[in-house]
Amino acid sequence: MKHIAIGILGAAALGFMASAASAGTLDTVKQKGFLQCGVSTGLAGFSAPDDKGDWKGIDADFCRAVAAAVFGDASKVKFTPLSAKERFTALQSGEIDILSRNTTWTSNRDSALGLDFVGVTYYDGQGFMINAKKLPGVNSALQLSGAAVCVQSGTTTELNLADYFKKNKMEYNPVVFEKLEEVNAAYDAGRCDAYTTDQSGLYGIRLTLSSPADHVVLPEIISKEPLGPAVRQGDDQWAHIARWTYFALLNAEEAGITQANVDEMKTSTDPNIQRLLGTEPDGKYGADLGLSNDWVVNIVKAVGNYGEMFERNVGSGSPLKIARGINALWTKGGLQYGPPVR
Amino acid sequence: MASQEILRGEPSRGSFINDPRIRSLFFQTLVVILLFSSIWWIVHNVIENLQRLHIASGFGFLKSRAGFDISDTPIAYTSDSTYFRALVVGLLNTIIIAVAGIVLATIVGFLIGIGRLSQNWLIRKICTVYVEIFRNIPPLLVIFFWYSGVLAVLPPPRESIHLPLGSFLNQRGFYLPRAVWADGSWLIGVALLLAIAMAWFVAHRARQRQRATGQQFPVFWTSVALIIGLPVLAFLLSGMPLTFDFPKQSTFNLTGGFWIKPEFLSLLLALSFYTAAFIAEIVRAGIRGVSKGQTEAAAALGLRSGPILRLVVIPQAMRIVIPPLTSQYLNLTKNSSLAIAIGYPDLTATAGTVLNQTGQAVEGVFIMMIAYLVLSLVTSFVMNIVNARMALVER
Repeated sequence: MKHIAIGILGAAALGFMASAASAGTLDTVKQKGFLQCGVSTGLAGFSAPDDKGDWKGIDADFCRAVAAAVFGDASKVKFTPLSAKERFTALQSGEIDILSRNTTWTSNRDSALGLDFVGVTYYDGQGFMINAKKLPGVNSALQLSGAAVCVQSGTTTELNLADYFKKNKMEYNPVVFEKLEEVNAAYDAGRCDAYTTDQSGLYGIRLTLSSPADHVVLPEIISKEPLGPAVRQGDDQWAHIARWTYFALLNAEEAGITQANVDEMKTSTDPNIQRLLGTEPDGKYGADLGLSNDWVVNIVKAVGNYGEMFERNVGSGSPLKIARGINALWTKGGLQYGPPVR
Repeated sequence: MASQEILRGEPSRGSFINDPRIRSLFFQTLVVILLFSSIWWIVHNVIENLQRLHIASGFGFLKSRAGFDISDTPIAYTSDSTYFRALVVGLLNTIIIAVAGIVLATIVGFLIGIGRLSQNWLIRKICTVYVEIFRNIPPLLVIFFWYSGVLAVLPPPRESIHLPLGSFLNQRGFYLPRAVWADGSWLIGVALLLAIAMAWFVAHRARQRQRATGQQFPVFWTSVALIIGLPVLAFLLSGMPLTFDFPKQSTFNLTGGFWIKPEFLSLLLALSFYTAAFIAEIVRAGIRGVSKGQTEAAAALGLRSGPILRLVVIPQAMRIVIPPLTSQYLNLTKNSSLAIAIGYPDLTATAGTVLNQTGQAVEGVFIMMIAYLVLSLVTSFVMNIVNARMALVER
């Protein structure tokens, strides 16, 4: 029901919003003193509250990085959990300042929805998970003809699923829920034979099932799912801040700047590092973005560089143990590439 | 009253400000102007803000390919169909659940309502407990109760419970054999229609005869014999053109047959059992609202308790029952939007998906509101006709 409420509120907000005067998002955020960040309702590794109620994950940390860049203080973030259906309306209506919620970048969302994607914080692809104990002998998604498939509504996943079964001339019956928890519960209860979502998500969800060892993720990847944060279209300054926060995380990793050594690095004489950390004399790369010159120092101090963020949340430092793979830096054979700060 | 008439007859001639008619005209005009200008302002603002935020608007998206699948499709639908067709599928699913729910709720509600007035202590108490439980739990919880209950209790597809007549029950739903009609089965349909027409005619004649001569005719049993007998005769004559498609075990699920999904089943049970509790109270109030003298007078005429209820009490009670019953039907239809919680693809769920895939929140919510409004108005309209026919005809 909540999405309807948000839909109506969104529609109402659009109706009552003063049409002419709209201050930039940066000014609004600074004025209220915190960043309102839209996250998922709980996807391990991306955005999920821990036992103390603190939001953990790559997506949550990205918002902290933006807050660190804006305020110099990563704690100035408030998180709004959103279902897949609610997310875009929440951003459009101004309820949140940034959407960092494992959201796939597509042309339609970038153009017709009034959103602006700032980058790809995680390159993902859609896969299938099955209960190997109940379905022995199934080891490929191509054997799933006739299966009941659990999927979350209003996602690209739902569309890819339809395309994949159509392309391979297979039948299936979709079991569609609005909330992630409902999909998880239905799959766990045996309502469906297979669960489909982004592969990273499947690994995260598997950990929350009643007997994780019984479930296997099938090898097929059926789509490209570049996941990244998005901001409202039409506010270039705010989009630049979000985009360059992401690039700063990548550049910090490439330059070897970590949470531990960032203070030492400030004395570096490497001009590349000096420009990044704002220690270059007369450099004003931060100020040009509308931030302080030591913005990257604040970001790295708060959440580390991209690699640290990855390992802590989904990589070797987490229960998910996902390999960097295509999410490695371009220098290590991956796709993550940050344009230079200069 | 009289003194007011006199006052109105002699308005103070001095100023119009004190003239009540001019005053009320002025305020009514003011309200209308305010209402329309605020509507205009909101619409104008929405359009302007949508443009400013670079959000596509308009209803053009309805003609685009939907791209997603829907689990229950009463009409042909694939992922290649349009968003519009997806919305129609959702609307039909809402109508199906609403109609099925209304029928079941009415039957259960009437039984429970009459049961609460029973002479039998046990029946009376059971009905009271039923009403008090279901009336006081939010419908969403009842839905979850049924849904989780279905999923928790029933076995997985490979260990389905075998029921008589080749039906199966498992976590994925209720599987029944489906009737497959072969050529020549149109004869059975014709026979059924004919039987209904004849039954109506017999009833009509029997009433006339009773009015004229006082003689009664066993209308009920004759009708039953006609409505069952004629189609059966047609069935035999046309060479039994009926086979059954039985559900069979396949790799994942049972296939074939007629399949009722657990989402539909739990939503139907939850909505109708919930609403039935309110209907029971309305029915009880209606029956209680018929004065005791009516029952006593009917008894004095020599009628037994069954005919008293059927011929005297219920027709009068219906006058009290129908208006609040309409509200319950409307509530049930609107509560069906809770389907989204368990993944039954009703209008709210499919329109929500469409809304999300296209990002057109304003249009999506607008379509949903109009659709529910139209459904409710149609229900009210039908119930108003029923109500008008039931109204006491004074003689």
